[in-house]
Amino acid sequence: MEKIAEYFDKKDDVSLGKLLKEVENETPISFDILKHSSMRKGKAHIVGITGPPGSGKSTLVSKICKQLAAKGLQIGVVCIDPTSPFTQGALLGDRIRMQELAKTPNVFIKSLATRGNLGGLAASAADVVQVLDAYEKDVILIETVGVGQVEFDVLGIADTIVLVNVPGLGDTLQTLKAGIMEIADLYVINQADRPGANESVKDLKMMIRESGKVGWQPPILQTVATEEKGVKELIESIHEHKAHLKSTNLWKEKRQERNVARLDTMIQGLLSRKVEEYIKEEDGWQHRIQEVKEGKTDPFTVSHEIVNGLIHKNNSKSGGRYVK
Amino acid sequence: MQIKVVMSKLGLDIHWRGALVVSRMLRDEGMEVVYLGNQFPEQIVDAAIQEGADVIGLSTLGGNHLTLGPKVVQIAREKGVDALIIMGGVIPEDDIPALKEAGIAEVFGPETRIESIADFIRSHVKNTIA
Repeated sequence: MEKIAEYFDKKDDVSLGKLLKEVENETPISFDILKHSSMRKGKAHIVGITGPPGSGKSTLVSKICKQLAAKGLQIGVVCIDPTSPFTQGALLGDRIRMQELAKTPNVFIKSLATRGNLGGLAASAADVVQVLDAYEKDVILIETVGVGQVEFDVLGIADTIVLVNVPGLGDTLQTLKAGIMEIADLYVINQADRPGANESVKDLKMMIRESGKVGWQPPILQTVATEEKGVKELIESIHEHKAHLKSTNLWKEKRQERNVARLDTMIQGLLSRKVEEYIKEEDGWQHRIQEVKEGKTDPFTVSHEIVNGLIHKNNSKSGGRYVK
Repeated sequence: MQIKVVMSKLGLDIHWRGALVVSRMLRDEGMEVVYLGNQFPEQIVDAAIQEGADVIGLSTLGGNHLTLGPKVVQIAREKGVDALIIMGGVIPEDDIPALKEAGIAEVFGPETRIESIADFIRSHVKNTIA
């Protein structure tokens, strides 16, 4: 534990890289790293960049970073690409779009593979963001995998969501569908030099007007990321959204909600691990599981038996202290 | 633990097809491969630090292997990066001893089978913990 504190105090990329490697791989020591960083986080502006594959998210992130870095800000980037469902391997190709950042010392980029997660992020993304936050980054950009219509895990960890779309991905109706279209704080039509950009903007405008949203009105921006066009305006809008969050107390509320959500996932994770251990150490459960496997007993009955068995066991061990 | 590889073309060397093919094949071997494109030694090591790479793969066909290859090893070790550093491409037999002397763990030439690269990586990677 002392060593972990040292790694946090050093504030250099080598130490940060080592901490993140533990967290990414959920090693035993990562629990302490996260515990340590948990009380130091909360200052960074966390911006999620999401949108379909090939819409230009990585290129846009690169240009945003370039301009923010020029202002002297410390920036963390977490970019996520898919894991193969067949081999568990991954080709993480976001850095190739960010080559111009290689000589920018105040940008730290971490690529993650989804490792089975289906919500548009990697399982460890929230943890990686937390450590970057504790490492005093001013802005953390999270680039999700290329998404379709329902991958919005990023909503649970970002303050500001930027949805990047390109012209020509369908008619007006597509913008009216529930899901990904609803979650954005800022809409970007990238590759705006292609035909159909104005129509896409018009469709989005109508959708936003008709949603009757109160408070923050999501702006629609047009960018050509490869030429860095519209990036300055996008950054201004991101800052405006941050100011809005702060002025309405949403900044604080989002963080409080995240803390509770984190507690919730920790409890669930710990419980399922306890159940796994319990199944392994008690003879007899394997027999019941085998019966479920063969269709002789139903999983509903046996799941109750196992969980109740675990509670009962802990009850008798601790004299009922842990379970009310 | 999943093996993470940072793969780079060395310096200004062109012909990136080989590096991409090997990246793709290591992906199919179950590894996570971060593809950097062309970078110089300092930036390759920086990327390896940020990514927590277990392996640094260098691809070169242009004759810069003796100058830039050992430089990657030197900068990496200076900065405390103990990743396995391997090289592939068109590299004359006679230069291989010097590269190994400099700390390049292995050199893979044309017609190497992907299994031998993957097996070498698996048997030489150190899974270090902070």
